[in-house]
Amino acid sequence: MTTTVEQPAPETTSKGGGSLGRYIAVRALLIIPTVFILVTTVFVLMRTTGDPITASQGGRLPPEQLAERIHAAGYDRPILVQYWDYLTGILHGDFGTTLSDHRPVTEVLTTFGTATLELAIYALIVAFLLGIPLGRLAAFHRDKAPDAVLRVLAILAYATPVFFAGLMLKLVFSVWLNVLPVAGRASTRTELTLQKVDNPTGIYLVDALRTGDPAVIGDVLTHAVLPALTLGLLTAGVFLRLVRTNVISTFGAGYVEAARSRGVAERRLLRKHAYKPALIPIVTVIGLQIALLLGGAVLTETTFEWKGLGFQLAQYLQARDFVAVQGIVAVLAVIVAVTNFIVDIIAALIDPRVRY
Amino acid sequence: MADATELAPPTVRRSWWTRLPVVSQLRQSIGLQRGMLIAGLVLAAIFVLAAVFAPLLAPYGYSQLRDAAGTFGAQQPPSAEHLLGTTVGGYDVLSRVIWGSRTALLVIVVAVTASILVGVLLGLISGYFGGWLDRVLVMIADAIYAFPSLLLAIVLAIVISGGQSSMWGGIFAAALSITVIFIPQYLRVTRSEVIRIKSEAFVESARVIGAGHVRIMSRHVLRNSTRTLPLILTLNASEAILTLAGLGFLGFGIEPTAAAEWGYDLNKSLSDVTAGIWWTSIFPGLAIVLVVLGLTLVGESLNDLADPRLRKRAAGPEPVEDLGVELPAGQQEGEQR
Repeated sequence: MTTTVEQPAPETTSKGGGSLGRYIAVRALLIIPTVFILVTTVFVLMRTTGDPITASQGGRLPPEQLAERIHAAGYDRPILVQYWDYLTGILHGDFGTTLSDHRPVTEVLTTFGTATLELAIYALIVAFLLGIPLGRLAAFHRDKAPDAVLRVLAILAYATPVFFAGLMLKLVFSVWLNVLPVAGRASTRTELTLQKVDNPTGIYLVDALRTGDPAVIGDVLTHAVLPALTLGLLTAGVFLRLVRTNVISTFGAGYVEAARSRGVAERRLLRKHAYKPALIPIVTVIGLQIALLLGGAVLTETTFEWKGLGFQLAQYLQARDFVAVQGIVAVLAVIVAVTNFIVDIIAALIDPRVRY
Repeated sequence: MADATELAPPTVRRSWWTRLPVVSQLRQSIGLQRGMLIAGLVLAAIFVLAAVFAPLLAPYGYSQLRDAAGTFGAQQPPSAEHLLGTTVGGYDVLSRVIWGSRTALLVIVVAVTASILVGVLLGLISGYFGGWLDRVLVMIADAIYAFPSLLLAIVLAIVISGGQSSMWGGIFAAALSITVIFIPQYLRVTRSEVIRIKSEAFVESARVIGAGHVRIMSRHVLRNSTRTLPLILTLNASEAILTLAGLGFLGFGIEPTAAAEWGYDLNKSLSDVTAGIWWTSIFPGLAIVLVVLGLTLVGESLNDLADPRLRKRAAGPEPVEDLGVELPAGQQEGEQR
């Protein structure tokens, strides 16, 4: 769980500028096998159970009709032919069409993806605002009372399933105190107002800001508070522990020790010397958080009826529409691979040691 | 990560139980770290005891809807007959919370055993032989590791059980879907250890004597490359519970008539919360939190005690690094994720 600072690798190449370009190229090429492996895994797994039509309609249709539908959808062809079709489809950006409501998966993505993106951004903001300063605080007061309290809180944030945290926040703030809305991204009236915005971005806050109506903006923001807190707290705990461990490590580093021996005050050591280098590994770890965030988003969205990709995925799961599930999971695989790539590039730009 | 006690001059050989993984760390720890470790062990012990003695502890069966006095009734607030109330389906909350620990424990045992067996074996082969097989395995492991584990678990739950199932079907579905997520972690950890040990003199000597690959792997390499396993084991156990609960919450758990499962109960309590009914969600949720908390505390403490830079010593000032001694930290880091 605890990730420590990466050790500086010995200098291997002395080319300087050229190595970054090479690193980016190699890293970009690595996306292809990653996506290929994930997409193939999902395909193989989903199809070992049989065809999706039997899965969703089995028992509800007479056998002849079922066979007819299977034939129409091409699920009676050899599995390798279907696999090839699937792969070429993905290459053309076609992730399949859902069985239950006959929508292309890419359309589902564009309709609901923005909601998930909005939620993920809010959650990351919460995580940064809470996790980094608190982690710094815990490291500074290492093994004293504030550190003990904060560490237990961080572990609690990890130990609480997101949906349970969501339920409890809902119970306290929406039901008992009645200060925040129970669920949804906005009230019905706001939803209607937002639909009238031309070229809606789908990110409600942006659309609300464009209407310029304070009531609409307020409504969108109050709906976002609890889901953002729920998902953000989970990530904040991870950040807190990471910052704490890394600051402790840099605090013991030679150059900080040197500054200390010159009589620099502890607070100044933290602020000017130990803090910033400790943040570098966090950039690298954000890549891994994307996966955690997406998994958490599915649960958070279900808890708060936040109509994003995760909520939609849960709906398709309940409808046993496995074509949609396969499509959405494949799309997410691509998203995860690409975000990881971007994060790695940013990390390499900040910290030259990452490049090889 | 050398044990402080091992570096010390040889003393009287300690009795076997003080050399057990957790016991030795407990003796080594002090202060806050010891408190955390003990608190974690206590919580974990309560969990295991509840799971083992569920039939004795639970006032009713997990799928019991009525007793001699008639049906329990749905959503009854806590009372003398039902200490924690009843659920929307008319089950006794307390009984389902207690029985739920049994399901969770079984899933942990199956999942962790399966992933250790497969993961360690693959890691051993991958690290020992190297070459293209190693590269392919590591690439697959990385791809799976970067992906949201819950989504993978969903796909696997569909494959294994078609979504809904009996008690053992559900337990195996949950456990095996978790296994696939864990294998990459065991693979990577074992592999890096194996690579480190492979180049040591005693392996070389064994090869010179003429020992075969299997013998070297099992006798010389494997036994020396399992030191970080207790740590990952506790962390994975807690992840297993969270994944199981997540699956249950999304409707891929075990049916209420087959076994009690906390995630399923929380899913059913979603609408209760909006109506202000708190007892159906708080108790199963707290059960998850406490068990995961306990296991994580144990794991965290073991991690800190294993890392000399984070470990507090019983006596003396700050440890080794202040003497300017370079620690052999390289191999250890980054591998523990």
